[in-house]
Amino acid sequence: MSQLMSGAQILLECLTREGVEVVFGYPGGVTLPLYDAMYDHDLRHVLVRHEENAVFAAQGYARSSGKVGVCCATSGPGATNLITGLVDAMMDSIPVVALTGQVSSKLIGTDAFQEADTFGITRPCTKHNYLVKDLADLPRILHEAFYIASTGRPGPVLVDIPKDVFQGQIHYVPVNSIHLPGYKLHSDGHAGQIRRAAHMMWEAKRPFIYAGGGIVNANASAELRELVDILDAPSVCTLMGLGSMPSSHPNFISMPGMHGSYAANMGMTHADLLIALGVRFDDRVTGRLAAFAPHAKVIHLDVDPAEIGKNRAVDLPIVGDAKKVLTKLNKVLAEIAPAESPANSESRKAWWKQIRAWKDEHPLEPRFSDTEIKPQHLMHEIDRISGGNAIVTSDVGQHQMWAAQLIKFNEPRLWINSGGLGSMGFGLPSAIGAQYANPDKLVFSISGDGGFQMSLPELATIVNYALPIKIIIMNNGYLGMVRQWQDLFYNNRLSSVTLDGFPDAEKLAAAYGFKGRTIEHPSELIPALKEAVAENGPYLLNIKVTPFENVYPMVPAGGAINEMVLGDPTPVAVK
Amino acid sequence: MLQAISLLMENTPGALMRVTGLITSRGYNIESLTVARTLDPQLSRMTIVVDVDPSLRKQVIKQMNRLINVLQATDMTEGPSVLRELCLMRVRATMEARTAVLKEAEIFGARVIDSSVDGFALEATGDSEKLDEFIDVMRSYGEIEVTRSGTVAVSLEARKLRLSSPVPTAASKNTNTGVVN
Repeated sequence: MSQLMSGAQILLECLTREGVEVVFGYPGGVTLPLYDAMYDHDLRHVLVRHEENAVFAAQGYARSSGKVGVCCATSGPGATNLITGLVDAMMDSIPVVALTGQVSSKLIGTDAFQEADTFGITRPCTKHNYLVKDLADLPRILHEAFYIASTGRPGPVLVDIPKDVFQGQIHYVPVNSIHLPGYKLHSDGHAGQIRRAAHMMWEAKRPFIYAGGGIVNANASAELRELVDILDAPSVCTLMGLGSMPSSHPNFISMPGMHGSYAANMGMTHADLLIALGVRFDDRVTGRLAAFAPHAKVIHLDVDPAEIGKNRAVDLPIVGDAKKVLTKLNKVLAEIAPAESPANSESRKAWWKQIRAWKDEHPLEPRFSDTEIKPQHLMHEIDRISGGNAIVTSDVGQHQMWAAQLIKFNEPRLWINSGGLGSMGFGLPSAIGAQYANPDKLVFSISGDGGFQMSLPELATIVNYALPIKIIIMNNGYLGMVRQWQDLFYNNRLSSVTLDGFPDAEKLAAAYGFKGRTIEHPSELIPALKEAVAENGPYLLNIKVTPFENVYPMVPAGGAINEMVLGDPTPVAVK
Repeated sequence: MLQAISLLMENTPGALMRVTGLITSRGYNIESLTVARTLDPQLSRMTIVVDVDPSLRKQVIKQMNRLINVLQATDMTEGPSVLRELCLMRVRATMEARTAVLKEAEIFGARVIDSSVDGFALEATGDSEKLDEFIDVMRSYGEIEVTRSGTVAVSLEARKLRLSSPVPTAASKNTNTGVVN
């Protein structure tokens, strides 16, 4: 039996059927009918303070839970404010459905008030997008949007809905089936390729596992760990893959790449087989591509065939879902192990000896000082207090790299950061989404003083919804990473990187109605973090750290990843 | 060298933009583009001619295949195919030149579609190089006006078309929302 419903009601019905619990959004003129329908509906709506943060929050929800994050904005400026967050989700393959209002169908193209060509603007920012021209199509389009966002290589899907479509009435009939003939999903992996990969893995003398965000997206961490255990190969996780191997696992080295560890980058450089799993050979990992892993044959597993061979020629490609493929691969590996593995045991032993030597030579270790809080010290203490189990969100920059180097994660979906796009202001709003998805988990939002000030309006959201987020500001008074590059590559001519005028954190938090403080002495660090964690509600902890501290190791732009700068080349200039 | 990519895609708003966006976002120019519906009116066949390096072309074709509205993108530069273009031309021909113009048109297999005291309207098909020559020759007779269709292509070997089947939606699984049963 069908029922006469408005477009707005149908939308909410479809969201409910998709299992959506919460929408992060901001209302406006053309979404009035939708918000009016929400008034009578159980769906939770979190009112953020800027649309960009709605999509970041939806991402935090999606990244921490694995479910589709949903955000909503009005037409024109509401929709254009989503752009950064959509591109961010696209770059990191995060399932998000963005709903935008559009001016009434008959006004489209007339430069109506708050009109923007959202469908056109967001085409390159999304995995797919829709403009709903006919209310009858709405339920099908919404279910397609969720299906596309969450399957294959996940990504953002935008649905642009004109006001008259929200208002129109129609007999709603549930859409039970969708058909996307051109949406090619590659999930199983070629059995022959999997078998060949297994043989290559046993035959390799110096195998090296390079796992990324694809493992997290496919929920394949357990299968990855099994593979690592069977092969006993050294393994790295990229910035997007951190946590898919527990940091405490004996085979886990660290993150590789521009600010990866010495052992990780040397291991990649000297491996004879690179087992690349759900990664895209990003330039921040590979450094100069021509010199990347020069001795290695490459096995590349990815769900997206367009990633195969994009940056690095591949010897053995496997296109498929990481969970399914690794399950099969592990089976084959175990079957052929007795015959294959003894042949290489000597060279494998030597390989591990070399890896351990690299690790000992230049370990990733925090730095301490008696007088100043070193940023590495801060990350080390956050690591200790979280015990590998807290959710940590971050922006982009120095704090992100130190956090990725020094905070350990026992599981995937705990480390949430803007990897591919590198968006400032990502950490705080994504923590809102992550806390929503995980009300019982401890959530740290780590930002620099720059990024924090980009997301500052969301303090009100955090208070409104009583989210007990521990907001950590690594405050060095600079746009640290830009300052680092100006220091190292522009003769320390510091141009527009000084961030003076940071507000008093205690007063700022108090103005929003919660606790906060500023600390600057190392002795205060542990008590302050403990106080923040013990607090029932949110806590703003502004930590003044050494202003001139650079992130090392570092591979300079255009360098090969084994050409690392391990520390300050010259004494750091003091103003 | 110019290369042709053939796409079978859904005949739906925005599909064209998605395909061309993959080329223009890299700063490459589209040399020609034709699109028209197929026997199945819900589908279109598009032929794009571009000048890009082969590794990039491979990558772009993979990314075209990734588009939800694209059923199949095929590189026509690999494997046997036929490429043709249509050219419509107005030639001003003086009384003395009329016979010569008609003779040349015949050599190139062009058809006269209109004739007036000022000259002719001609229609020619062929591969792009042949049409270039035709245009060059006609130019020597005086002022001409030309419209070219852009290349259309057909592969000479059958290709297997892999399409996805319908899938059940969440609506079919979660039915107890209390609103509609």
